[in-house]
Amino acid sequence: MPFIPHTEDDIQKMLETIGAQSIDQLFDEIPAHLRAGALDAIPPARSEMEIMRLMSDRAEQDSGALCFIGAGAYEHHIPAAVWDIAARGEFMTAYTPYQAEASQGTLQLIYEFQSMMTALTGLDVSNASLYDGASGLAEAVLMAIRANRKSKSKRVLIAGTVHPLYKKVVNSIVHNQKIELVEVAFDSASLTTDLSALSQFEGDDFAALVIAQPNFFGTLEDVHQLTDWAHQQKMLVVGVINPTAATLISPPGEWGEHGADIAVGEGQPMGIPLASGGPYFGFICCKQALVRQMPGRIIGRTVDLDGKEGFALTLQAREQHIRRSKATSNICTNQGLAVTAATVYMSLLGQEGIERVARACHANTNHLASLLSAVPGVEVVSTGPRFHEFVLRLPKSSRLVLEHMELQGVLGGHDLSDTFPELENCILVCATETKTDQDLNGYVNALEISLKELEAVEC
Amino acid sequence: MLIFERGVKGRTATAQAPLVKADVTDIPESLMRKNKAAMPEVSELQVVRHYTNLSRKNFSIDTQFYPLGSCTMKYNPRGAHKVASLPGFLNRHPLAPESYSQGYLASVYELQEILKEVTGMAGVSLSPMAGAQGEFAGVAMIRAYHEKRGDHDRCEIIVPIAAHGTNPATAVMCGYKVKEIPVLNDGDVDVDALKEAVGPQTAGIMMTNPSTCGVFERQIEVIAKVVHDAGGLLYYDGANLNAILGKVRPGDMGFDVLHMNLHKTFATPHGGGGPGSGPVAVGERLLPYLPTPIAGIEDAGGEPDYCWLGEEALPDSIGRLSAFMGNAGIILRAYIYALFVGRDGMQRVSEFSTLNANYLMKKLADAGFDLAYKDRRATHEFIITLSKQSKELGVTAMDFAKRLLDYGYHAPTTYFPLLVPECLLIEPTETESIDEMDGFVEAMTQILKEAENSADLVKGAPYTQPVKRLDDVKAARELDVSYSPQ
Repeated sequence: MPFIPHTEDDIQKMLETIGAQSIDQLFDEIPAHLRAGALDAIPPARSEMEIMRLMSDRAEQDSGALCFIGAGAYEHHIPAAVWDIAARGEFMTAYTPYQAEASQGTLQLIYEFQSMMTALTGLDVSNASLYDGASGLAEAVLMAIRANRKSKSKRVLIAGTVHPLYKKVVNSIVHNQKIELVEVAFDSASLTTDLSALSQFEGDDFAALVIAQPNFFGTLEDVHQLTDWAHQQKMLVVGVINPTAATLISPPGEWGEHGADIAVGEGQPMGIPLASGGPYFGFICCKQALVRQMPGRIIGRTVDLDGKEGFALTLQAREQHIRRSKATSNICTNQGLAVTAATVYMSLLGQEGIERVARACHANTNHLASLLSAVPGVEVVSTGPRFHEFVLRLPKSSRLVLEHMELQGVLGGHDLSDTFPELENCILVCATETKTDQDLNGYVNALEISLKELEAVEC
Repeated sequence: MLIFERGVKGRTATAQAPLVKADVTDIPESLMRKNKAAMPEVSELQVVRHYTNLSRKNFSIDTQFYPLGSCTMKYNPRGAHKVASLPGFLNRHPLAPESYSQGYLASVYELQEILKEVTGMAGVSLSPMAGAQGEFAGVAMIRAYHEKRGDHDRCEIIVPIAAHGTNPATAVMCGYKVKEIPVLNDGDVDVDALKEAVGPQTAGIMMTNPSTCGVFERQIEVIAKVVHDAGGLLYYDGANLNAILGKVRPGDMGFDVLHMNLHKTFATPHGGGGPGSGPVAVGERLLPYLPTPIAGIEDAGGEPDYCWLGEEALPDSIGRLSAFMGNAGIILRAYIYALFVGRDGMQRVSEFSTLNANYLMKKLADAGFDLAYKDRRATHEFIITLSKQSKELGVTAMDFAKRLLDYGYHAPTTYFPLLVPECLLIEPTETESIDEMDGFVEAMTQILKEAENSADLVKGAPYTQPVKRLDDVKAARELDVSYSPQ
């Protein structure tokens, strides 16, 4: 029996001890007419060998493309040691560190993770992680509403340049609490949030302003100006950031005169594979004054009975297992395993290594943008300073161009047409440090061929 | 020692980063980072050694019996991890076109079908990223259902007091008030109290069955009728699904919606506190509200064509709960587990987890421990109460838990459910052998003797772990949650 160690003898011995005739008798408190019959729609068991064969074929089906899609999930080199360490059974098959004395490995690692995240964001405290960047932003919005005592509204301003899928997730999670998200229109020429678009909200009561740096289009916002404006309006500032970029560009703690109040983001670029979207992890950091409004687990350093340093879950009075209906969130687990990998990744690379990754991404993206701006009919829309993505306008239907590129094994970018009517036939393109010059030229060739093919169809 | 304290300025693991430090000329100075982040500066060997040594300070399923009640700490098959780590799965971008997604989509679609069958429900969405998010999705669907019908006065969710803390917290996140109802001395819900609690304000009830008391809720059909007659819906918290997998289906018990914890019932690793995965399954009337995306199939003859169903296909959906597709890699591991055990193996899960729990319960009772519900069958877990030992010997459930660590066993869940004093909630799971459980009983018997003869020995435990009991008060009062270089 897969994974079940019992022999016939064991079973008989156990039933005798219990005083039952059969295993079936142990279910005699369940009304007989409710008992399930055969589960015909479930396939019969297979061996590990058969499963490996089937799934290797399926994995192969999805392989082989050169991917230039970013849009919130980024292909980076993952050092060999990262998952060798994270996949150790002692990390992978432990649970939430309820018994601190028997969980010092996980607890110290999370404390180190929290320390790395505060160093990266320039803020004071971090939690042990949230599910992903998008749901993390929802938690940040709820946190800002709890924390901003000067605001009486349950309204939050959110920049139009924040990831559109994040906005959807935030709305799904907060709208039942009658929280209103008011979107700030972005400037379609610069693809940034213009201060003039904010002026109409001056004097209105909002708990927070949410901005992204780099924004969804890969463009850098003037975060200093936006942060200072929001603080003048007595709003908290929530920054959605990319952790790779944070080693290169101004981190939330350095924004404006007083720094952002809360930073959140997707941790995936820190050593987590793309893997169809998860498991990733969300991170959230804030200023010291807001720590008691923070959702999720937090690890603190303390001492044991002998005065020896140790680590434990702390501030649990915020959490659902103690506070029940009055908790800061219903969140229970974090994304421990992904955090383990990220902590190893950040230790290996350090500030210097991650900054090199950031610079290489930036250089590759700029290089690709300049190659593409020489292709007739194609326009690089985002011209301002960027991190590692840009918006490209195509002379033909973006859907068709991407399909033609796909047939040549190139995933050319993320289509923006459906989400942003003002960006018709535009795609979002990303080139990280994993791309070589040959890859970039491969992109240009695939695009040129696709455009020619589409032209030929029209003739 | 922290990883930061092992560092020396200027030391790097240079093989890991790009060899060239590229110039940046087009970002204005004001937007560049001013102060470098104080990250570790260590070599590759230092990193590997530091974290390998940290890992050795953990208890885990791979190293110890881990009978943590309500958490289903069963063996996590290495095969599932290996398959999910195939490069084709790891490298697939979440927004990749469907032409580069058929392998993944086929697996997701088939898992949806398997979960429908084993729960007796009409539809499944795999997107919630943990049990608590599955709960959120479930209650949000109940809310969407009432709102769609124009039934706006339903403002209350009923929760038995034995419920997990996530239940009431979830109801509040969905904008509901919580009404708690009592549980009887035999562990069943107080149906009379329920009858008084329901009314036109009732949106639904959240229940775990078997309950957190470790017993099957025998009145479930009556409960379902009372709640449905009042116009409310029934939510099934799948925390304890391992106990009944394939034996009795939540759909057949009358539940309208449930979440499953794939990291429990479907053996995906707990990872030191996540990632989990909390898919939801619904009956017919909640189908339109399932969270997106869902894997669909376009069967035009020949090879099936799999696709994503989003908000266009499900306009009344409660929406997205993650940026992409939930904890996609965990979903894949659960699917592989389902392939491993197959249709007969599903039922064996509940049979052998129940056999183990009843065996361990009887052995502990024979060894002199008090059962919280002695006249009931154990399900996949059961509760002992150390009330007597606490009163007579001054040795608490927490002391027993800590002393167990010295004997090489992870402690059971302590002080939950809250209504049983000085309790240990014990869940052996189906993957443990009779020898392992006998060893546990022996350790418990030994600790009981110690408690009777030298209580202080037990109260001072543990002695063999990297640290002794920690000062939680200091941790909260003198908050130190991140390292700062001195």
